[in-house]
Amino acid sequence: MSPPQRRRRFPKAPPQEKPAPPPAAEGEGGQGRTRDLERLYVVTGQADGADRAELDLVTLIVACADAPPSAQPEQSALLRLCQAPMSVAEVSAYLNLPFSVVTVLLTELLTAELVQARVPIVRSELPDRSLLEAVMHGLQKL
Amino acid sequence: MDFKSSDTIPGPRAEDHLPHTATAAVKIVIVGGFGVGKTTMVGSVSEIRPLTTEETMTQAGIGVDDNYGSETKTATTVAMDFGRISITEQLVLYLFGTPGQERFWFLWNGLFEGALGAVVLVDTRRLEVSFDVIGRLEERGVPFVVAVNDFPDAPRYPMDDLRAALDLSEEIPMVKCDARRRASSRDVLMTLMRFLHSIAMAST
Repeated sequence: MSPPQRRRRFPKAPPQEKPAPPPAAEGEGGQGRTRDLERLYVVTGQADGADRAELDLVTLIVACADAPPSAQPEQSALLRLCQAPMSVAEVSAYLNLPFSVVTVLLTELLTAELVQARVPIVRSELPDRSLLEAVMHGLQKL
Repeated sequence: MDFKSSDTIPGPRAEDHLPHTATAAVKIVIVGGFGVGKTTMVGSVSEIRPLTTEETMTQAGIGVDDNYGSETKTATTVAMDFGRISITEQLVLYLFGTPGQERFWFLWNGLFEGALGAVVLVDTRRLEVSFDVIGRLEERGVPFVVAVNDFPDAPRYPMDDLRAALDLSEEIPMVKCDARRRASSRDVLMTLMRFLHSIAMAST
């Protein structure tokens, strides 16, 4: 008995210059032109994402002030959650709000300087070896 | 939005708080098709009870004139389970996996771009459910390793046969694992990290 057979794909040139819509229908290659009919694009949350802070799922958020009396309940809850550093993903999970909604809340709080964002480390063209080694070392202790 | 009273929001347990020294986070994505054990793997290595985040995607057909500009967009909620491992006092690793709907992950901006790499979990009973996601990783240039989740009743193929069936290039590591076991899932992550390290070494 032999397993089913896959065919390898290869890196595509990244989409150039089109700021919006974001990566439309990645990975339709090799499946024929008819797939275009199913092409998808994404509009996350509110229509205007232009002013939104650059937040990743794993950006760590820390509150740096108590909620002002004028704060919305969501914002107050967020500030309470972030007394200790917390990723945007965790904030989204605990508040039971979609990621894009949380980024809108956070953008307002960042602008008001009520929270700080600790920038995530992203994979760059050249991954940082010491970072990888730190992760390996940490995993070994598990 | 039905936001509940802030008093009722279940926050993290005391032991789930990150230390104030935490300054940076990295992420790994676990992919592989429906039902291959991704959430199990996240749960087996996470220091917190796995949480779920979600995103609402609005999809609309392009090139379908009848729909263009009309209110036929449909919202799709994409849920994603994740767990966390504190690496050092400063550094935190997040693991993302999901019960399904993977074609939508690739529309979630930044999920893969910012990730260190990916683990493709496969089930030899349904190898083909992983084909599409592997192809998408290849197209995106996301480095990945393949972990064969060893279900007791799954057919056993020699690794070389699986590599051929998955059409993986020879440098991509493949390991067997039991996603239910922490040590085994940890070893899969280590395999990915060693692979990423070798790529980093080769490019300097």
